Amino acid sequence: MAAEPKQKGQIKEPLFHITKRDSIAWQKAWLIRIGAILFALVFSGIVSFLLTKENPLSIYATMLDGAFGTERRVWNLMQSLAMLLCVSVAVTPAFKMRFWNIGAEGQVLAGGLATAACMILFGNKLPSPLLLLVMLIVSIAAGAVWAVIPAFFRAHWQTNETLFTLMMNYIAIQLVSFFVYKWSVPKGSGQVGIINRATHAGWLPTLGKYEYLLNILIVLLVTVTMFVYLKYSKHGYEITVVGESENTARYIGIPVKKVIIRTMLISGAVCGIAGFLLVSGTDHTISRDTAGGRSFTAIMVSWLAKFNPIFMVLTSFLLAFLDKGASQVSTQLGLNKSFSDIITGIIIFFIIGCEFFIQYKVQFREKEAKAS
Amino acid sequence: MEANTANYAEPAAADRSVPAIHLEHITKRFGAVTANDDVSLTVYHGEILSILGENGSGKTTLMNMISGIYYPDHGKIFVDGEEVVIRSPKDAFRYKIGMIHQHFKLVDIFTATENIVLGLKEEGRFSLKRAAGRVRKICNRYGFDLDPNKKIYEMSVSEKQTVEIIKVLYRGADILILDEPTAVLTPQEAQKLFAVLRRMRDAGKAIIIITHKLHEVLSLSDQVTVLCKGRYAGTVNTAETNESQLTEMMVGRKVTLNIDRSEPKNPTDRLIVKGITCKNREGAELLHNVSFTARSGEILGIAGIAGSGQRELLEAIAGLQHVDGQILYLNPSTNQSDDLRDKTPEQIRELGVRLSFVPEDRLGMGLVGNMDIVDNIMLRSYKKGRSIFLERKAPKSLAEKIIRDLEVVTPSTATPVRRLSGGNVQKVLVGREIAAAPTVLMAAYPVRGLDINASFTIYNLLNRQKESGAAVIFVGEDLDVLIELCDRIMVISSGRISGIVDARTATKEQIGLMMTQNTAEGGESHGSRA
Repeated sequence: MAAEPKQKGQIKEPLFHITKRDSIAWQKAWLIRIGAILFALVFSGIVSFLLTKENPLSIYATMLDGAFGTERRVWNLMQSLAMLLCVSVAVTPAFKMRFWNIGAEGQVLAGGLATAACMILFGNKLPSPLLLLVMLIVSIAAGAVWAVIPAFFRAHWQTNETLFTLMMNYIAIQLVSFFVYKWSVPKGSGQVGIINRATHAGWLPTLGKYEYLLNILIVLLVTVTMFVYLKYSKHGYEITVVGESENTARYIGIPVKKVIIRTMLISGAVCGIAGFLLVSGTDHTISRDTAGGRSFTAIMVSWLAKFNPIFMVLTSFLLAFLDKGASQVSTQLGLNKSFSDIITGIIIFFIIGCEFFIQYKVQFREKEAKAS
Repeated sequence: MEANTANYAEPAAADRSVPAIHLEHITKRFGAVTANDDVSLTVYHGEILSILGENGSGKTTLMNMISGIYYPDHGKIFVDGEEVVIRSPKDAFRYKIGMIHQHFKLVDIFTATENIVLGLKEEGRFSLKRAAGRVRKICNRYGFDLDPNKKIYEMSVSEKQTVEIIKVLYRGADILILDEPTAVLTPQEAQKLFAVLRRMRDAGKAIIIITHKLHEVLSLSDQVTVLCKGRYAGTVNTAETNESQLTEMMVGRKVTLNIDRSEPKNPTDRLIVKGITCKNREGAELLHNVSFTARSGEILGIAGIAGSGQRELLEAIAGLQHVDGQILYLNPSTNQSDDLRDKTPEQIRELGVRLSFVPEDRLGMGLVGNMDIVDNIMLRSYKKGRSIFLERKAPKSLAEKIIRDLEVVTPSTATPVRRLSGGNVQKVLVGREIAAAPTVLMAAYPVRGLDINASFTIYNLLNRQKESGAAVIFVGEDLDVLIELCDRIMVISSGRISGIVDARTATKEQIGLMMTQNTAEGGESHGSRA
């Protein structure tokens, strides 16, 4: 590149330019995305072949089998999709406001801890519907409080919300550890075990014979509500304006501090619901891993879907599918969990990487310019 | 001493028969936008060439290709008759090309000399003293006024510009490109700069200046190359042309440049600003004891060097900036007066004050670039009504009306405003702000970056607001326009009011002097210890 340009015969254009696209037709954008997924499948097929000597096609078949093979697997897939979707929807208002809330993990745990506390303390004292209502309210409140603390400091003193929310995660994890020790059954085992195993008090009821159906329906309701809230409500509009430009928001008279606090309150509340669903509707126990890193995956789900809750159904489906499929591959082929992480990583890399080609255009040097 | 510094020695009398720079059929595209389409130009040593064109006509892009910031898609560049490839500013420097950008790139806490030698690799031991000596030598040769040991933060804008120019001369530039050099200068400073440029020309340098101001072209340059919407519109000898021919080439058709100024109809006091003072975080005064009155049915112009406190003043009135003092609004419907000081924009609106504000930063403050036209129009009115949901019908029909009335060029009302051209963005913003039938309308640099046509649309809109009884406050940079458009002009200098003049009798020179009147650190200290 840095050759003496003055010498004859050296006059060459750079090999390629990268330019930002003005706009792109949505069909073309989707074509690029689908192409990226195909590339990802081919590439991960090659990698798994090189590592395992298995036929790539059988690897894909195993993935499909892991996700959809039996009715139970389908329900499990739906359940993980729903939980991931719930947390993704929860972080969305904050990210749409460009508030870097990476503390959803802590907010979910706070909600879950509140749920578990209610189940243990009031489990056999309150009638079931009232107990569930109390659990829901308390877990929403817990998630909201966990989210509002950093929001308050950010709104009033411009503290860095990324560090603040991250620190809040550790506090939540330690709190959970403390209570897990306190509530552990048998004492000192370090595990809470299934709460109210005999009475099922505080367990989210199963609809018919479908264990997770109520979870899924609640998440769908939350998703649609969030979609409408963000797109059609005045609050949603304010969130967009604050996120795009705080200056414009101030100029137009939107109370920026109030919007930040209110939005994080909602974000945390939905995280609280996720915690409630995980403890009351799924695990019936609490541990440090209850949130299970979902809130970090959720950030990706939310960004990939461009903060549209309806698209998030698709993106969280994709990630939940990859997770289930890849873990089936690793168990069936006798590999460890790391192998499934490799495959998931490859596919996600391609999917995120293709956004570059949607934003930018790569132009290669034209042939005629070469002949000089 | 001069033996090992061939770079800094004066050039041997350059060959004046071979073009210093020759561009042939240059084309540059950004996505779908063609910034330069088949442009050619030539400049010789010992000549000043103006590149004339409206904002957005591709002047800066073209020059950036000579200075190595962009690379052309097609076309050839010749320096001193030889075809060259300029891939980076470093390459440009090797061909002795130096560009002085509109926005200065200087380290504030360094002295002039330190900034000038920054990044240079010298043979042997480096001596700041010797460098300062060379800077003085350059100053003496071309008649610059500069103290090499002065720190940048103590300098006025024109001194900073001098540092930038010397920086490229020090590096041995023979071909100088100046991007809108007078945009930040007072008329007097501009004259001084022109004198220096003429001296450099006489010393054999090739000089290109980018501008859209016709009188500068006519008074300074030898040749003019005109660009029109990215295309080459022709090159003429300055001596053989006049303003109307140049305008025609620049715009692509005949235009008449007249602003109709009506006499104010029974002006009454609308906004009385009393002794407002504003400090920044460090405690420096941005506004000092500013008092004035804006009257209905009148355009009050505000003139001043950029950054003299204009922004703080307007933002204080709009409720975005804390100040001390009083901002009294006389409400014409209730005959009451309210103090707007330290009220939020929301509180101001609740008082029944119809205050509209077209801020300087259109896409960073006035509008949201990623939102579509309807959502941007809605910014002022979205809160109306009790429903928790948005009502998009009325804003949509308002958007359609604005698009129709102001001839906004856009694919639809659902287009994000950042995709619109500068003029259309401004029409959307001004359209929204006047739709509320303001009693006070403030506009900061509303025609910056707009072509002639769009500029006159905006002037007409301001005039119509004035005629319908609004108190219009217009912050401008082009003194010719201020004098033609406004009824009174208030001149601000370093946050103080130097005076208010009648626009019908004021002259540019008079306003120019007032613009630098109070400069505490910058203006007076032109003392050359060199």
